[in-house]
Amino acid sequence: MWPAFLDALLLQSGYNAALVAVGAALLGIAAGSGGTFLFLRKRALVSDAVAHATLPGVGLAFIVMVALGGDGRDLLGLLLGSAITAWIGLVLVEWMARRTRLAEDAAIGAVLSVFFGFGIVLLTVIQTMSAGRQAGLESFLLGATAGMLFQDAVVIAVGGALAVATVYLLRRPMTLVAFDPDYAAAYGFNVKRIDLVMMGLVMAVTVIGLKLVGLILVVAMLIIPPVTARFWTDRTDGVIWIAGILGGVSGYVGAALSASAPSIPTGPIIVLVCFGLFTFSILFAPGRGVLAAVIRHQRFQVRVHRRQGLLALAHGEPIFDPLTITVLRRSKLIRRDRVATEAGRAQAAKALRDEKRWEVARRVYHDEAISGRYDGLTPIETVLTPDEIAAIDREIGGPTTVGGAV
Amino acid sequence: MTAASLELAAEGGRTLHSAIDADSPLSIQGMTVSYGEKPAVFSVDAAFPRESMAAIIGPNGAGKSTLLKAVLGIIPTLSGKVSVFGEPVEKARRRIAYVPQRASVDWDFPTRVIDVVMMGLYRELGLLHFETRRHRDMACDCLERVGMANFAHRQIGQLSGGQQQRVFLARALAQDADLYLLDEPFAGVDATTEKAIIHVLKGLKEENRTVVCVHHDLATVTEYFDRVLLINVRKVADGPVDTTFTAENLQTTYGGRLATAQIDQLQLSLA
Repeated sequence: MWPAFLDALLLQSGYNAALVAVGAALLGIAAGSGGTFLFLRKRALVSDAVAHATLPGVGLAFIVMVALGGDGRDLLGLLLGSAITAWIGLVLVEWMARRTRLAEDAAIGAVLSVFFGFGIVLLTVIQTMSAGRQAGLESFLLGATAGMLFQDAVVIAVGGALAVATVYLLRRPMTLVAFDPDYAAAYGFNVKRIDLVMMGLVMAVTVIGLKLVGLILVVAMLIIPPVTARFWTDRTDGVIWIAGILGGVSGYVGAALSASAPSIPTGPIIVLVCFGLFTFSILFAPGRGVLAAVIRHQRFQVRVHRRQGLLALAHGEPIFDPLTITVLRRSKLIRRDRVATEAGRAQAAKALRDEKRWEVARRVYHDEAISGRYDGLTPIETVLTPDEIAAIDREIGGPTTVGGAV
Repeated sequence: MTAASLELAAEGGRTLHSAIDADSPLSIQGMTVSYGEKPAVFSVDAAFPRESMAAIIGPNGAGKSTLLKAVLGIIPTLSGKVSVFGEPVEKARRRIAYVPQRASVDWDFPTRVIDVVMMGLYRELGLLHFETRRHRDMACDCLERVGMANFAHRQIGQLSGGQQQRVFLARALAQDADLYLLDEPFAGVDATTEKAIIHVLKGLKEENRTVVCVHHDLATVTEYFDRVLLINVRKVADGPVDTTFTAENLQTTYGGRLATAQIDQLQLSLA
């Protein structure tokens, strides 16, 4: 499997596999960046309704094309049909959420199930038709890569490029609408129209992804990359870029994986690769990751206990908290009998002094940039300049020693 | 117009709406806004003169924020006309800066302080321009004016409530507008921030700009503002603070919700 995987990664596994890998990567980039604003606008699930609403369009397009005398398998025709019903589904969701008392989640549930059900009925009817080549239509559910043609890859490439260009062009209005729609409206942006463009983008990505990953899984490619990207950046532009890259990598690696062994489905593998990146990020991302949060909390707890212990020493109060004792013992600030060591006394005096300086600083400096930094833990030297500290020291008098025999 | 003359006018069946003042920074005529079948704002007329600093006052649910949003076209109106410097709002957008309520956005949004202020420059940036050093300097200037220059690169989620409000104000400053509309800028902010904000707003007024705030703290009205609009769904009164912000008008606006003792504490000069 390994060499086969490497071959696939280097596009050496044959024409079809290379086509699929490139197509999946392009689709991933478009879906990741296009899905970013869906996620930021907190409307991720609308994409689920849109995706399911493509199915009746596929069926209807097939029937129409057969009726016109074709074989009903023209990809562009099928995609056009799916886009039309997806748009109808989208408009219905919008309308229900805006004009009726139904909340958006209920509207999504209704549209999703009804359109999907209708689509399945159409596919069943099509199976019984005598005309046309109906085999393979159901591959739009979960995607199929076996028969991918160069023409299909071109559809993905062109559609994906248009989607990415739209994201780039409209990133400012879409950011503003996602962050602060009221301000955006007051600023003169047409919020409704920008929302529709954003959803149109999602629809476009869904439609071009139908062939490759299918309508059920394309939603994952829209949502998971931006959610994953959010763990690594605090900027909107960052989320767009990283989500695009993550989507592209998932598509490429997923396609290569599925090409490296027989009968591994492409779409599901791509989604699983996506999920793997997500899992890694939620656990190990610096800042927002679970592990980072645990470590940060523990470090903070130790700092609090150390500070409390030192202040207790400074005031000559007994320490009972076991964690405080452990923390102080470990840094050799107290002896086994809980009496302060030389270092402990020095540190305690310093902590007490810092506390007193802060007290004065918070009284004197009304600037929040300074007084807002007081958390009982931050040394004042990191906030004020030496001459400012000297001024405070003149107010509180010279250094004092504390604790034990002097 | 006093209450008595209003009644007379109503009896005469003539229009109650005063003609739009062509030059006024903001003039509202007969505005009605409704959620469902219940009007939140009913037939309100008001005009705010140049270089004034006005407060919109009224109890909770009186339609203060709704009025502001309807003026800006954020929510649809049932009737009424708004003109900004004699033009319809759509044509005067670049002269208006809006500061929404702090609680109206998600502060975990992936953006930094400087990026939020930069949003005030989007009109200038358009769709294609890159952010240049000049834009960043302009944004930093606005942050400096609200005392937040040191916070430019913080993620907005790390800010205190008062700091968030200052960032919103800085974004409005970046627009360099002539009319500033603020929705409860002092709600839930610390005393220092309140002072900083009022300092900036008074500065705007001195630069011949007009400031209109939805305001909830009756105790600071006479100190901060020179005009008030009292509403409780309908307009109660509108005019200079010394003649309009009276015990009688407050009683009408708040009904039984404001105890006489509270009004006494405001030490108003009774008109």
